[in-house]
Amino acid sequence: MSDTPIDRVAKATPPVLARKIRGFSDRAIAWVFIAPTIFLLLAVNIFPLIWTINLSFTNFRANRPNREVDYIGLRNYERILTDGDIWLTMQATAHFLFWTIFFQVLIGFTLAWLINRKFKGNDLWTTIIVLPMMLSPAVVGNFWTFLYQPQIGLFNYGVSFFTGIDPSSFQMIGDVALAPWSIVIVDTWMWTPFVMLICLAGLRSIPDYIYEAAEIDRASKWRQFWTITVPMVLPFLMLAVLFRGIENFKMFDLVVQLTGGGPGSVTELTSINLKREAFEKWRTGYASAYAIILFVTVFGLASIYVKALNKVKER
Amino acid sequence: MKSAKYLAASALLASTAFGTVSASADELTLCWAAWDPANALVELSKEFEAQSGHTMKFEFVPWPNFADRMLNELNSGGKLCDLLIGDSQWIGGGAENGHYVKLNDFFDSEGISMDDFAPATVYAYSTWPKGTPNYYALPAMGDANGWFYRKDWFEKPEIQAAYKEATGQDLGVPKTQKELLQIAQFFQGREIDGQTRYGAAIFTERGSEGITMGATGALYAWGFKYETEPGTYQMEGAVNSPAAVEALEFYKEFYKTATPPGYTDSYMEQSLDAFKSGQVAMAMNWFAFFPGLYADPDVGGDKIGFFVNPGQNVEASTLGGQGISVVAYSDKQDAALEYIKWFAQPDVQKKWWDLGGYSCHVSVLNDPGFTESAPFAADFLKAMDGVQDFWQEPAYAELLLAMQKRLHDYIVADQGTAQEALDKLIEDWTETFEDEGKL
Repeated sequence: MSDTPIDRVAKATPPVLARKIRGFSDRAIAWVFIAPTIFLLLAVNIFPLIWTINLSFTNFRANRPNREVDYIGLRNYERILTDGDIWLTMQATAHFLFWTIFFQVLIGFTLAWLINRKFKGNDLWTTIIVLPMMLSPAVVGNFWTFLYQPQIGLFNYGVSFFTGIDPSSFQMIGDVALAPWSIVIVDTWMWTPFVMLICLAGLRSIPDYIYEAAEIDRASKWRQFWTITVPMVLPFLMLAVLFRGIENFKMFDLVVQLTGGGPGSVTELTSINLKREAFEKWRTGYASAYAIILFVTVFGLASIYVKALNKVKER
Repeated sequence: MKSAKYLAASALLASTAFGTVSASADELTLCWAAWDPANALVELSKEFEAQSGHTMKFEFVPWPNFADRMLNELNSGGKLCDLLIGDSQWIGGGAENGHYVKLNDFFDSEGISMDDFAPATVYAYSTWPKGTPNYYALPAMGDANGWFYRKDWFEKPEIQAAYKEATGQDLGVPKTQKELLQIAQFFQGREIDGQTRYGAAIFTERGSEGITMGATGALYAWGFKYETEPGTYQMEGAVNSPAAVEALEFYKEFYKTATPPGYTDSYMEQSLDAFKSGQVAMAMNWFAFFPGLYADPDVGGDKIGFFVNPGQNVEASTLGGQGISVVAYSDKQDAALEYIKWFAQPDVQKKWWDLGGYSCHVSVLNDPGFTESAPFAADFLKAMDGVQDFWQEPAYAELLLAMQKRLHDYIVADQGTAQEALDKLIEDWTETFEDEGKL
């Protein structure tokens, strides 16, 4: 019987080395294989996180490398949590987060449900609908500033066409009351297709025989929708909400291009505010504390949400 | 041997003939904002290249990103720029953080005297601590915020008659801030040549420095001061004085009643666009743009007029402009200093003005023909007599962003009162100066 390749390698291995390798347990070999990954993770994720936590207790400024750095305890955290302006940016972020997810889920699910019905031109419509999410957020933000322009903007003319309101009588990105909605509209326009695609995957994963069984049991379409479609798509929907929630919590580029955080600070989301603190005011210690607070918030909320998602999946 | 002597003699002759060519030619990178004067500087620098043998490369960044881009470059010790024409407010940080080379010894050795430059520009663009003879830049580009208007509209008999009827006064260049507002309100929504026009384009930008530069035009005219006593950092009673509150309320009224619709985030470019497209009767902007505006085929020439920022309680204008500094991280500091030596020469300064740059050299400014050399030259001199600048502290960016926020919140976003905005501004600035150890 001829030798296998493994036998040949074993014979070719010098006895000293062979003894050493034989001494390795499976666990040790596993560690050897995952060590590079762990090292990389520590270097690019864990170390910066620990460093940021360390900086958050100091008055360090990255633009003053020569200045003495003092440890100031929890002063940065205290300042942030008692700063009324930061709570306003949190409110702006919460408003943006809630309404974008609400509209994206509502419209995204509706579109998915419509697209899932077989009709002529189905694929073409799917392609057209997903186009906005293929664009760069910076580009989208930029061209929507023109669409919102009160004197020449198509959006204002569209509203005027349907309502009869003078197009130059309202300013979507200049009005304190309308500006928060202007960013909600653009984000919804851009990212609803993403939610639609996930919902579509959910809808298409429901086997036809379940509906056929329901038909035999004389269940109405309405009842089929609430007892079959919704529960089976729910895990997908919740996943979409998680993705969009995390993405929109750190939303930056689109809103910066669109409103720059204005008028005043009404659309200044936490990420924009954080960027100003860190890289315009150069309050590195303060910004580190701010980042840690945001990290804990997102991590905490996401953990609770993922647990809920797992429970839904188990049902 | 004989031929070797000939060669040596030829080399000596050649080096004598081109005596100004330096021993080693470098490629120098000059960083500045991307705007009209930068193009003029490119043209001017060709002469330096011919004389010195060095080649010039330019890195021009659009104004909205200029501070971010360049300050990041300096803070990271980058070698991109050998020469930097940085904003006046950067001088404190440039000096204290070691970004700029101190030029005193160089000026002394080369016989460059700061007395040859307008005192206001030396104070603003070169010195740190302020007013002391410690120089970190050579005044390069004098500038202030001024105004321009549609002279052709102002001269229309029907417009003049309508203005007289509406206000009881003759329409002309405004002498006070309140008169300026009155004229702007008169033009707001008015039909001229079949189109709806608006009063004026002012600065309202939120992201960088726009609304601060615009509103200080009114604040300074009302007598605004940053401190009760210079150098004390005592702001209570100065920053939020009754005059300051009145000025801020005035600027808000101006924004609400005399600017085009949707004018919520506008700075230099938007002001130029609004004027060139015939939207507005008047506009504020930096003098640096005036040569280009005067040369504009559609709205320049006889159609445009210029005026200095009108006073109210005092005559004052917001300072713009920059000094040229040698970046401390540059490997080509000798060549960069050569450029500064060349740029400081009176004949080069004269050409600088002729090309559209605003020289700060007294030989140019005091020339008897200067005020007649351009329709805005006299106004420029007047403006530079009364310029005031923002804080030039190392923490200027933090101070500026606080003011941007408070002003935009009040003026554009209608939040709170002028008094509250200025009170909050003092709180912000106090916190910054406490962090800096200055309070």
